[in-house]
Amino acid sequence: MTISDIELEQMYSRYPDKVKKNRKKHIVVKEGPEAVQKIEANTRTIPGILTQRGCCYAGCKGVVLGPIKDMAHIVHGPVGCSYYAWGTRRNKAKADENTPPEKMFSTMAFTTDMQESDIVFGGEKKLMTMIDEVVKIFHPRAITICATCPIGLIGDDIGAVAKAAEAKHGIQVLSFNCEGYKGVSQSGGHHIANNNLMEHVIGRGTRDKVGKHVVNILGEYNIGGDGWELERILKDIGYTVNCVLTGDSSYLDIQNLHAAQLNLVQCHRSINYIAEMMETKYGTPWLKVNFIGIEATIESLRQVAQCFDDEELVQRTEEIIAREVARITPSLEQYRKICTGKTAFTLVGGSRSHHYQYLLRDLGMEVVVAGYEFAHRDDYEGREVIPTIVADADQKNIPELHLEPDKELFEEGHIHLSMSQEKFEELKKRVPLSYYGGMYKCMKEGQIMLDDFNHHEIESLIEMLKPDIFFSGVRDKYVTHKMGVPAKQLHSYDYSGPYAGFSGALVFARDVTNAMTTPAWKMLDAPWDAPAASGGAPDA
Amino acid sequence: MLECMPKQQVEHTVGKINPAKTCQPIGAMYASLGIHGCLPHSHGSQGCCAYHRMHLSRHFRDAVLATSSSFTEGASVFGGAANLKTSIKNVFEIYQPEVMAVHTTCLSETIGDDVPTMIRQSEVPEGKYVIHANTPSYKGSHVTGFSNMCKAMVTYLAQYDGGMRKERVNILPGFVNPGDMREMKRIAQEMGVDFIMYPDTTDVLDSPLTSKYEMYPKGGATVAQIKDSGNSKATLSLGAWSSDAAGVALQEKCGVACIPLHIPIGLKATDEYIMALRNTAGVKVPSTLTVERGQVIDTLIDTHFHYQGKKVAVFGDPDTVVPLTEFLITMGMKPVYVMTGTPGAAFEDQTCKMLDEANITERKIKAEGDLFDLQMWIKEAKVDLLVGTSYGKYIARAEDIPLVRVGFPILDRAVHPLMPIVGYRGCLRLIEQISNALLDRRDRDSLDEDYELVM
Repeated sequence: MTISDIELEQMYSRYPDKVKKNRKKHIVVKEGPEAVQKIEANTRTIPGILTQRGCCYAGCKGVVLGPIKDMAHIVHGPVGCSYYAWGTRRNKAKADENTPPEKMFSTMAFTTDMQESDIVFGGEKKLMTMIDEVVKIFHPRAITICATCPIGLIGDDIGAVAKAAEAKHGIQVLSFNCEGYKGVSQSGGHHIANNNLMEHVIGRGTRDKVGKHVVNILGEYNIGGDGWELERILKDIGYTVNCVLTGDSSYLDIQNLHAAQLNLVQCHRSINYIAEMMETKYGTPWLKVNFIGIEATIESLRQVAQCFDDEELVQRTEEIIAREVARITPSLEQYRKICTGKTAFTLVGGSRSHHYQYLLRDLGMEVVVAGYEFAHRDDYEGREVIPTIVADADQKNIPELHLEPDKELFEEGHIHLSMSQEKFEELKKRVPLSYYGGMYKCMKEGQIMLDDFNHHEIESLIEMLKPDIFFSGVRDKYVTHKMGVPAKQLHSYDYSGPYAGFSGALVFARDVTNAMTTPAWKMLDAPWDAPAASGGAPDA
Repeated sequence: MLECMPKQQVEHTVGKINPAKTCQPIGAMYASLGIHGCLPHSHGSQGCCAYHRMHLSRHFRDAVLATSSSFTEGASVFGGAANLKTSIKNVFEIYQPEVMAVHTTCLSETIGDDVPTMIRQSEVPEGKYVIHANTPSYKGSHVTGFSNMCKAMVTYLAQYDGGMRKERVNILPGFVNPGDMREMKRIAQEMGVDFIMYPDTTDVLDSPLTSKYEMYPKGGATVAQIKDSGNSKATLSLGAWSSDAAGVALQEKCGVACIPLHIPIGLKATDEYIMALRNTAGVKVPSTLTVERGQVIDTLIDTHFHYQGKKVAVFGDPDTVVPLTEFLITMGMKPVYVMTGTPGAAFEDQTCKMLDEANITERKIKAEGDLFDLQMWIKEAKVDLLVGTSYGKYIARAEDIPLVRVGFPILDRAVHPLMPIVGYRGCLRLIEQISNALLDRRDRDSLDEDYELVM
């Protein structure tokens, strides 16, 4: 099922000229396996367009920092920003040896609740008092302060407050200038959060590499317990998971992030900065993985295993893969029967729209439209385009961190992976270290990539392509339902999960099947709306 | 909120820990959706709009569409005029609403954007409207935002034509669910009262799924109705915090008498609503409503021993909590902790008076409080029941108290936006929920020998 130029023109026809010119650059219909096509991304949202994008603060506090379970995250600003990022991302977390239950703050919201007078006279004192009180009441290991829109405007120096608080209380207090208006989407916030964690937290710990084959999972937020499923599989194979950034992570774990041999990157957009910076500073190699989908998980596990010079590990990987596949296949078959041949749209996250294509293909489904809210060109086209991306004013407003190799902790990649230089060079030929190929290569001819997708385009494309299911967030979910198309939230999984790894694939298959087959879809029309058997018009 | 809460009594003096309110724009967005064919527009950076749509979608489990001026740093420095003008052009061309309802955010407020001037300088298509409300997030709460947008409907649209007043009543329903608005309308219809309700989110946020998608569902008060409300005889303004500003503005602008009332939650507030309709419209109360009222009394008598004398903590928006507290007193319960996140001394005065009359002297009342305060109170002296929004669930679990979900938002349960808590039917629903929560708890906690079939 592909779309014609005429149909696309029809979709654009509603747009004023300027909007049309702009949006055309963000929509790509894949031409063929060999084609290389550019997509515009990470540029300003058109004012008045019904975008699904969020803001810098949402990327910083909402996505990256929020899941860190034992830090008190104080949002400096009026009440709303803190409130909306409170308990809404399903970052599951539990107490462990690093974080006793009385140090878990993940179900709490702290806001300075700025009032008009604070906007006029400044809110630094209020913030300082709030920090004092939070320390006195809760004794957190560390504190983050996130700035919201008005803070940048009135010029509160949250950096100075953080510094003073740190000296006063003897715990780390980090400040994040992630005002909502910075950049063009959530993406700027990811970058700011990454920079700050890199500069001030990672590397402060003194933990040595513990265990064998030590890995971090970066860009995994443990929504619906995804991170736990990955840890289960990796531990079974024989890896030591040093830290998951930031799902269910503790401050202590993040301080010791450098104590790993290899970084596995799940969400490219939100965390690639840290992977890259760690490679520069510590020499830690990173590998882009995808644990969404059975085949994708298998492929990723095999690649990870190759990164270590250990035959036993490779063998154990195969054993676990065989065990898990045997375990889930019989149950999966029943779902696959229903899913096969169905089509889907995936419009979610910074890698998810790509990742889920594998899982859907496992079920015999095909994605016809895929897109992102806040991705960059490299998320679509692959990291090879990075040198060609020209930064505009909005991107330049997000500071870059320039790092040098750490004098004590830097180790060459092969030393990290405990192998010889030769073996490492060989490995790099087999496994794409420090690389992400992007979504485009995964898509097939005629399929559509959509950057910064908006309501009108989605409505038109659903009308034209009539997908069997729609994957996005809560803001599109109910709109799509009204169009008669089942929708599932891939931000929150509709309160199900996990969807990652082997167990996750099964849960996903069940949920998708249920969404498409729930009996109500067949009962949309009232019996009196159908023409009577004896003829005549319907009642209503 | 579970184990990390302090064991000792402590107070905090600044900010909010687990707030019981949110910011103005979300209330303005919700109110805007109660105008037919309206697209709410958030003038600021786009994150606010995304958050508000997300939150409203979660509460109503329905489509919430709204646009944003999508400020980046440039607009924050040089002002948002260009962004708003572009937005107005794009919105009317692409989405073709009847009305665009602009609200501000703390960003556009802090830089001092003059929205009315910007609107005047924009090209608004013939026959279409752009209205606006200032909704700085650093003042009031989501309830204030709702109120400000209701007032904007009056100031931009309502007109008095100067002739004879129509035998008609305006109903400003307050910040309630579409299910509540539908019930308020049913009561008025049952009484044969000619009325205009706005905002009216019925058939917008509880619209049916029919496989035919409409960007603007059939519900909502039309511009013509809002205009004509200036010719009505009187306005019932339900809820001081959410409706009075609009009611008073209509009285000042068009001379329509404003009758301030509670949102009709509970027996007494419903009685007052019906009496006000009866007296202003000059109609008789039909026997059907008398029967409904009698059913509530019957139920209260039949079930009082399930809940009478139980201590209850109630929190939420002031216009909900005040009549709800009154109803809990009517039920014979003891509302010992009453809290709202929205500021306003009137809340404490009104609640205090009610509790004094009921002789409930051991109590704590707070406006502009937060859920940390509430949990600390509960830790000090436990209650039997918690009544409030979904955010109460952490307290409920930590302190092992049943929670009855009432108010905004309810994010973890479904169907509530369609089920009224207002009117006599609302009374029955509240009694049912409260009784059953307490009975479920009794069943759960009872020993085998005390586990009973008939209760």
